[in-house]
Amino acid sequence: MKYGYYPGCSLERNAKAYHQSAMAVAPLLGLEFVEVEDWNCCGATEVIAVDQMAAYALIARNLALAAEQNGNGHLVAPCSACFLNLSKADHYMIESPELAEKVNTALAAGDLHYEPGTVKTSHLLQVITEAVGLEAIAEKVTKPLYGLRVAPYYGCLIVRPGFEKKYDDYEYPTVLDDLMKTLGSEVVDFPLKAHCCGGHMTQISEPVAMELIRRLLHNAAEYEADLIVTLCPMCQFNLDAFQDNVNKYFGTDYHIPILYFTQLMGLAFGLSPDELGIGTEFVSARPALDKILSEAPTKEKPKRPPKEALPMPSLGGEG
Amino acid sequence: MTEERIGVYVCHCGSNIAGVVDVEGVAEWAREALKDRGVVIARDNKFMCSTLGQELIENDIEKEGLTRVVVAACSPHLHEGTFRTACQRAGLNPYLCELVSIREHVSWVHKDKAVATQKAKAIISGGVERVALHEPLEPLHVPIHSSTLIVGGGIAGIQAALEIADSGYPVYLVEREPSIGGHMAQFDKTFPTLDCAACILTPKMATVGSHPNINLLTWSEVEQVDGYVGNFTVTIRKKARYVNTDLCTGCGICEEKCPKKVVDEVFEAGLGYRKAVYTPFPQAVPKYPVIDVDNCTYFEKGTCKACEKFCPTGAIDFEQEDEVIQVEVGNIILATGFDLFDARRISQYGYGRLANVFTSLEFERMCNAAGPTNGEIVLRDGVTKPESVAIIHCVGSRDKNYNNYCSVICCMASLKFAHLVEERTGAEVYNFYIDMRTAFKDYDEFYQRVLEEGAHFVRGRVAEVTDAARMPGEEGKLIVQAEDTLIGKQRRIPVDMVVLAAGLEPRHDSKEVAHKFGISCSANGWFIEKHPKLDPVATMTEGIFIAGVAQGPKDIPASVAQGAAASARVLGRIQQGEIALEPVRASVIEERCSGCRICNNLCPFNAISFDEEKKVSVINAALCQGCGTCVAACPSNAITGTQFSNEQVLAQLNGLLMLNVANGHGAVTEAERVPA
Repeated sequence: MKYGYYPGCSLERNAKAYHQSAMAVAPLLGLEFVEVEDWNCCGATEVIAVDQMAAYALIARNLALAAEQNGNGHLVAPCSACFLNLSKADHYMIESPELAEKVNTALAAGDLHYEPGTVKTSHLLQVITEAVGLEAIAEKVTKPLYGLRVAPYYGCLIVRPGFEKKYDDYEYPTVLDDLMKTLGSEVVDFPLKAHCCGGHMTQISEPVAMELIRRLLHNAAEYEADLIVTLCPMCQFNLDAFQDNVNKYFGTDYHIPILYFTQLMGLAFGLSPDELGIGTEFVSARPALDKILSEAPTKEKPKRPPKEALPMPSLGGEG
Repeated sequence: MTEERIGVYVCHCGSNIAGVVDVEGVAEWAREALKDRGVVIARDNKFMCSTLGQELIENDIEKEGLTRVVVAACSPHLHEGTFRTACQRAGLNPYLCELVSIREHVSWVHKDKAVATQKAKAIISGGVERVALHEPLEPLHVPIHSSTLIVGGGIAGIQAALEIADSGYPVYLVEREPSIGGHMAQFDKTFPTLDCAACILTPKMATVGSHPNINLLTWSEVEQVDGYVGNFTVTIRKKARYVNTDLCTGCGICEEKCPKKVVDEVFEAGLGYRKAVYTPFPQAVPKYPVIDVDNCTYFEKGTCKACEKFCPTGAIDFEQEDEVIQVEVGNIILATGFDLFDARRISQYGYGRLANVFTSLEFERMCNAAGPTNGEIVLRDGVTKPESVAIIHCVGSRDKNYNNYCSVICCMASLKFAHLVEERTGAEVYNFYIDMRTAFKDYDEFYQRVLEEGAHFVRGRVAEVTDAARMPGEEGKLIVQAEDTLIGKQRRIPVDMVVLAAGLEPRHDSKEVAHKFGISCSANGWFIEKHPKLDPVATMTEGIFIAGVAQGPKDIPASVAQGAAASARVLGRIQQGEIALEPVRASVIEERCSGCRICNNLCPFNAISFDEEKKVSVINAALCQGCGTCVAACPSNAITGTQFSNEQVLAQLNGLLMLNVANGHGAVTEAERVPA
């Protein structure tokens, strides 16, 4: 399957490991990613807050390029912010012909035109779990991540493009949980999985950012997670690069490595840590990864609940 | 030119019409301009519907020899009957009277007086053209069968059944579950008086069970409804109980000996267990158990039969089969109740994931002395008493993501829970609400009482319930996070237990049931009444009535009132012995019918069937409500409707178009008037 690939700025800098691991894993899953030529920044969260018109034009330029260069019109973005911005611009251009016209007037200056709705943008996780599917992924697993306790962290941007067809449950998504289980790891029920990492608050308000990051680390530590797995460069950066700051700020001592899901997929597929950019993170993942067992841990038989205990609600709906 | 003598009567409706339409001018115009179209008299009156107004028409019919009457007033929904009856009193066939609406269609929707007046004239012109083609019609009289079918054995259905049966008429009460009692039987206490629910319900249940006029069909479902008001034939499937009720004494030994224990998702709301052979609760009516074949070891593996071995009367019958019966009834009352909103859908409240989050129905069972915990309020471990409890209101109600309506009962039920928690555990109680809705008798007094007992109230919708501790004191607790909109701050309140006051939803199969009985559901899925204020228990289908929550969320007193109201309507019908049906009906012109059957499934009242021999569609005149859908849909013009034939409708259009109403500016000059 061939996709247009929009890496976004982060994947060229702080999230190089994400790019590297995505590119290493893709061919194993039969995915071919062709980078959109001459792409530009999506504007992240800032530009849209300052000037919406300029922001949509900035984003739509990428959609126009993708439509021009990529026949089937399917674009994949590994970064949650890029994914949200690309989808959002397309959605609002479909909804408002007036906006589409203005955007296209701007694009015309660069001899470009974008017909709203021609490019379908997906997040990398979506392509992997939906287009490839967990069954096909399970077949590729050669070194299961036995014994590794993983806290799946989605962040807020991937699940909340409220205008789109709902992607998983936006309050309590489970698709990354399922992927991690497929890789053989143990998944902790991470209550803060869709909470905010603080975004660019680190540059605006230190107390707010530190508290938001602390909560996530604290919660993962409470659940005895060996590491947090993410799908967003912003989340990874805040939790990883600022972990030391949090420890100094609050007098805590967290050492929780933050890896991308593609890095864990690569490990499970038998690739070497070096091929996946593991080792470039601030909080070293080595100690956590050393815990991976060669054999599946023997599962303790679930204890019979005591006689007086009340049954838990069934999974199905009522009626 | 018509030879009819037509009278036109224009109503002021106080200032409702006269405030916008020049009523006197319209009457004068009708007198002059419509003279050559058969109008011999045109009058206006402050209230045509008043006795004086009606007498005006009656006098003119008698003295002026009117043969047709056009009344220009409100919607036919309101006063068509009034004016038809007035005509009838004066000896004119009531169907020779036409009511045209110049209130709903003109004065209430227009501001420009000149245009409104002109439009009123056009509408009267249409009515005059139409009425000339009206034919005298005679109503259809059909006998009413004195038996009644009631579907649903909750409190609304029970009340309706008892009212009718006590009046001496037979009732078939059909209930899907093994026992009657409905949701009320699951409750412990009822608000605001805190009566024990079972104490007030079970005597009624017992009466139903032994009533000579009630044929109780539990563990049964209606499969098909044929016929029409007064003469329904209902097909009912009595599901196999695998228990011979002639032999069973209800001793309960089978249940005791059954080795298979399963979670009871229905009566115990998932909080407790039952056996594979069971009666849902000790006071069940009837007392006979049923075997749940999906969980019975014998049906799964072919061995066990413990129940059969121990049954002292040999009542277990594994060979029993479903029985399909047909009953004849005159009227039907649907009291099918509700399903509880599935709280799993709001994932951030953690139901199904966090052990100590409960639904309101689970909590009802927990409080019930006959429930899984014998009335002890405890955490999911079955032992620990909570020291603090949060009750979250409006779960799935008043929320555009789920149901936009208010579920009515949850505020009061939550107050009841708060009281019971306080009384039985002394725990701190936090109610998270949007608005407190404690209307109706003694309800607000109960709210005051619970406030005085010390329950806390936080106004704000809860953002999430989590076990992720963030601050000291939160460890091991469920933390309820909400914006307290009264102090304008976020609050995190750690508690041991959370109760979700889940909303009421239409039964999952309410749309199918509505279709089966030929009635309609609102967009939300509740059954639609004939009129939301003035006819709340009848439906648009003659002979089908609704009662209880199936019509919309309501509490026990309101459900009982509706059950009684529906039965009063049915009893009135039965005592008349026969019913006069509107002769406004569609019929098929057989020579033109191609047998395409397009009309068959369009009929909202199931009135059209297909005659396989003649290969034509046939309309049952008693079932037809005269809606006209089939007339419009028929591709070969083979269906015609009395009182809405093509000729009549085209004549009305023609009359409307004789006047030029809108020229875009509002002003209408005499010159623009198309001469009649």
